[in-house]
Amino acid sequence: MKARVTVTLKNGVLDPQGKAIEGGLAALGFAGVGHVRQGKVFDIELSGRSAEQARADLAEMCEKLLANTVIENYAIEIV
Amino acid sequence: MKSAVITFPGSNRERDMMKALELVTGKAPLSVWHTETSLPDVDLVVLPGGFSYGDYLRAGAIAARSPVMDAVRDAASRGVLVLGVCNGFQMLTEAGLLPGALMRNAGLTFVCREVKLQTVNRTSAFTRAFTQGQVWRCPVAHHDGNYFADAETLARIEGEGQVAFRYADGTNPNGSVNHIAGVLNARGNVLGMMPHPENLVEPLQGGIDGRTLFEGVAGLTEAA
Repeated sequence: MKARVTVTLKNGVLDPQGKAIEGGLAALGFAGVGHVRQGKVFDIELSGRSAEQARADLAEMCEKLLANTVIENYAIEIV
Repeated sequence: MKSAVITFPGSNRERDMMKALELVTGKAPLSVWHTETSLPDVDLVVLPGGFSYGDYLRAGAIAARSPVMDAVRDAASRGVLVLGVCNGFQMLTEAGLLPGALMRNAGLTFVCREVKLQTVNRTSAFTRAFTQGQVWRCPVAHHDGNYFADAETLARIEGEGQVAFRYADGTNPNGSVNHIAGVLNARGNVLGMMPHPENLVEPLQGGIDGRTLFEGVAGLTEAA
């Protein structure tokens, strides 16, 4: 089973890297680009568990390591 | 005063910290490796600066889940003094021992320079040797020192006097909210700070302003 975990900054948390990327896109001439927020994607292989158990385990992984829940949200997808 | 400095893979200021502690307290600290599951009987535990695990995932994130961190958490709960400098501060926030988080510097660049710090709470062992409001020199060297806490947390730590040091005189190098440079836990026995007091303890380093913090920890001086 493969899962994808996406970690993004919470609303209200400043993202200087996203701002810099925004500036880079503008410098390349892309018009109509609004705010850019940078995040992280983790592709994780899992075995020996049901999809339901996988979701529970992934949530625990996010809480304990993959995300810093002070500043980040996470989303779990079984792919 | 007995102290221990914990070394993680990628720590690089552990020797500076040990030299500073020996210089000020007269006693060489013990060196502890991150895989240990217990700590020696000491009065102070230090998490030094560096780039543990190459800052992979988030600065301090992997080190904060090291075996030794359970022992650090236990020591902190017993009232043992815990100091985290730079990467050590990042570890303490990642471990949940201090509130908030350290994010990428607002200017996106690594900053290596001298700043001014103001001591705004002198009720802890770490800050008691300073005078109230004392402004002192201290070097910084980091890429992820931009202190952030949500509005509710910020109001709480400001209200409870948990802000130990602020960047002063317009020297905030990283965009930290409220110019926060150092934070205490509610009990006042855990301090995290981005600047490096251990790198300004002898005249050859250009000054001795950083000594005051260690003198307070060692109980050597009591400022009026």
